[in-house]
Amino acid sequence: MHKMTIQKYPDCLRLQVEQATKINITECYQCGKCTAGCPLNGDMDIMPNQILRMMQLELPNYENKILKSLSIWLCLNCDMCYSRCPQEIKLSEIMDFFRQKSLRENKVNPKAKDILKFNQSFLENIEKNGKMNEIGLTINYKLKTFNLIQDVRHAPSMFFKGKLRLFPHKVQNIKEIKRLFRKTISNEGGSK
Amino acid sequence: MKIGYYPGCSLESSSKEYSKSLLAVAEKCGIIPEEIKGWSCCGASAAHNLNHDLAIVLPARTLAIAEEQGFTEILVPCAACYRRLAAAQYEVTTNEETHKKVESYLELKFSGKIKILSVIEFLQKYISPVADQYIVNNLNQKIACYYGCLLARPKETSTLKRTEDPLEMESVLEKTGAKLINWAFKTECCGASLSVSSTAIVAKLSGKIIENAVASGAESIVVACPMCHMNLDMRRPEIKKQIKKDLDIPVLFITQVLGLSMGIPADKLGLNNHFVSTKKVISSIVKKEA
Repeated sequence: MHKMTIQKYPDCLRLQVEQATKINITECYQCGKCTAGCPLNGDMDIMPNQILRMMQLELPNYENKILKSLSIWLCLNCDMCYSRCPQEIKLSEIMDFFRQKSLRENKVNPKAKDILKFNQSFLENIEKNGKMNEIGLTINYKLKTFNLIQDVRHAPSMFFKGKLRLFPHKVQNIKEIKRLFRKTISNEGGSK
Repeated sequence: MKIGYYPGCSLESSSKEYSKSLLAVAEKCGIIPEEIKGWSCCGASAAHNLNHDLAIVLPARTLAIAEEQGFTEILVPCAACYRRLAAAQYEVTTNEETHKKVESYLELKFSGKIKILSVIEFLQKYISPVADQYIVNNLNQKIACYYGCLLARPKETSTLKRTEDPLEMESVLEKTGAKLINWAFKTECCGASLSVSSTAIVAKLSGKIIENAVASGAESIVVACPMCHMNLDMRRPEIKKQIKKDLDIPVLFITQVLGLSMGIPADKLGLNNHFVSTKKVISSIVKKEA
């Protein structure tokens, strides 16, 4: 029979999260309200309350599972879990930490590739113009994902309703925006 | 009194009608918000998903330049932008270390204490007190006020008194004569930023919201967020496929409803820019008896 051993080690995920977010993970007592209220509990591969429990156990195997999960990318940061948590554990902030770590360690769940690529296209778009431009963002995202025909049917009506701007508005001081991107990326250990 | 205006990227393109109707209503009441010069994107979901520092620094930059331009309060109608700006403000004003870090990124000094007004706060503070003298129409409509997640949560940035069943939008619309219904999905999430990358999920979440509004007797849904609007309005074909029901309930911005009640013409409120027809709402207007 498989024997479970609790391994305590100094660099466990729980401690990393606690250091980065100042949230005390051990305060979770598994009431499950986060999962009950989560709009995406039916689509997640690990439930929000399970993620907290897995961190408390401090097992490298579980920690890897969290970082490779789809759940951390599906989280919408709608904060329903946080607003109902009796211990006020801000899971949305923990999810942000996981996403960035998962990306840095090359552990992004294959099913989350489109979500990641959309976010990356979005940031590239802002870095270039300082503001989001729907057409530029969509073209970049389509090229990254090869979802070439997706949403094409919305484009003409969006255009005729005046909802698409052909030429991006650029922020005047675009050099400053680019500098902020460079500086934060080098501080964040290259995640983008 | 000088109110700074931060339209955000969506209000310059996909949700132009939100900006148009907001400014029209404000103008009617004698208020002209002044656009903050040189504002940039708040970073939206993409930044906080992928780069923690950038997610604070981008909105903080706008707070800092607004302060530099002499504004004491700024109007941020987009619920997503509001959430990012308010979150950056919370970080900067409650954590001295973060404040110093952000100032060093931006290479300037700022207090970060500028008053950020969500659209609901703006309407409560500046429009509701004077609305009586401008409202000329009654809206013969049953309306479901939909707040979405960003205006209701988290508690650090939300100004709503009741997290699960807020009533602020209802109080703003009270004088329009509309019947404001009770329903269960006021603060559920529409799927927001997954609109493009996981459309099926958005269709499912937004579908539930539309179904519940209709089942509760609503004839139209009123929103205060461009992402909620896009998901409930433009995504209707995907929603119909998901819920296997052909529901044509229109989705309006709160400022468009106020505009109609103030007698502002539908085209000036951008009511013809929607995907789901808004004709039923427009034709429900009855002139108020003097």
